[in-house]
Amino acid sequence: MAVKTDKNSYTVVFAIVMVVIVGAILASMATGLKPKIDENERFEKQQNILYAMGVNNNEGEGDVAFIPTTEVEEDFSKYITKQFMVNTNTGETMESGEAYLTDMKKQLAAIKSGNDESLPLFVGEKDGETFYILPMYGKGLWDAIWGFVSLSSDMEVQGVYFDHKGETPGLGANIKMRFFMDDFEGERVMDGNNYTGIAVAKGNNDPLNNDKDDHQVDALAGATITGNGITAMIKESLNLYKPYLDKIRTN
Amino acid sequence: MALLSKKDANLILDPLADNNPITIQVLGICSALAITAELKASVVMSIAVIFVLGVGNVVISLMRNIIPSKIRIIVQLIVVATLVIIVDQVLKAFAYELSKTLSVFVGLIITNCIIMGRFEAFALGNGPWKSFLDGIGNALGYGVILIIVGFFRELLGSGTLFGFPVLGDPIEKTGLYATGYENNGFMIIPPAALIVVGIIIWVQRSRNKALIEEA
Repeated sequence: MAVKTDKNSYTVVFAIVMVVIVGAILASMATGLKPKIDENERFEKQQNILYAMGVNNNEGEGDVAFIPTTEVEEDFSKYITKQFMVNTNTGETMESGEAYLTDMKKQLAAIKSGNDESLPLFVGEKDGETFYILPMYGKGLWDAIWGFVSLSSDMEVQGVYFDHKGETPGLGANIKMRFFMDDFEGERVMDGNNYTGIAVAKGNNDPLNNDKDDHQVDALAGATITGNGITAMIKESLNLYKPYLDKIRTN
Repeated sequence: MALLSKKDANLILDPLADNNPITIQVLGICSALAITAELKASVVMSIAVIFVLGVGNVVISLMRNIIPSKIRIIVQLIVVATLVIIVDQVLKAFAYELSKTLSVFVGLIITNCIIMGRFEAFALGNGPWKSFLDGIGNALGYGVILIIVGFFRELLGSGTLFGFPVLGDPIEKTGLYATGYENNGFMIIPPAALIVVGIIIWVQRSRNKALIEEA
């Protein structure tokens, strides 16, 4: 087959044909797989929320174990009793069944620019206990970090789940490991009447985290900026949810 | 081996040692530095590169007679990018858990110099079957170094292998830590990978004098 491949016209035609073919392959794949991917992402969110309120398959000291995707939808409707959009100025709530699908990044941007003033919040019930689960979103070293923090009505942390988009493997990425997340359990986010949050602190003289009233957890080695991101994220979120949290405490 | 002729077998075996893409050709160093802090990440990255380089080499080889030479680099780039996106999307749809750990690395593959290097140096001039073997061989050679580097960095830096603590607990001071041993935090940061790769090159050249260039 003798094609004159160095002619300009051939080069242009080749480039156009190639781009069209590749574009068609990728576009059809993306549309074909989208429902499946969306479903996976929805299940993951449900798993994360349930994880924060202690509904998970963790065993002993091992790795993070979610409840399986086959059961997550059923458990989600069983344990999560209410989903709200909370007004960040007044603390008023508006029930919304799809609140957990809210895109936190867009929602926070809208609040900043004054176009919106509500954030999602979920209330869970398990063994007679009530869990107020706050979704959070912030910035790590490389990219976004986010998480869910479950609080009791007296502002004690019952559980957390953190995740990240692109923190360094082995360093900042460890925020989603149990040895980091488990430390938050039992910590208090309030100091007197202030929402101080929980600081990820280096050298806090309490690496085993026995002191639950110091508003600190031990930092990850080599992940200072990711840790600071978590500290800032928790503090900012508490500020936004403050009107609503005040209401829960006084009730 | 009856399955492969001697020449074909060399296509796979050469890059593993005497013509290793990292230690001899010094390609793909960027990702070798970035992701070898953990052994698991090294293994996963190796598997992903084996797939992309194997398939990519075949695709480029099949197209080698019709690719206009003026835009061949762009064509190669498009082929890699397409393959990488396909891998990423399929993983997201059918192996979501895996895709979360992988997605960072899968994106990195596009910038891996080994892939462009093999497309340019081999697949453009050879048939699909040979190109396939060459791709697999080079990806394996890359993977071997990644795994060696990952092994030492995770062991010396975190005291674990595949996340499993092999040296005892550094906080509770059990195992080796009871004797006063400490993890070397330096091993976790990227420059440590450069030193480990340097030592591998040193060991390899002192064992095989043929690799040493005339000064």
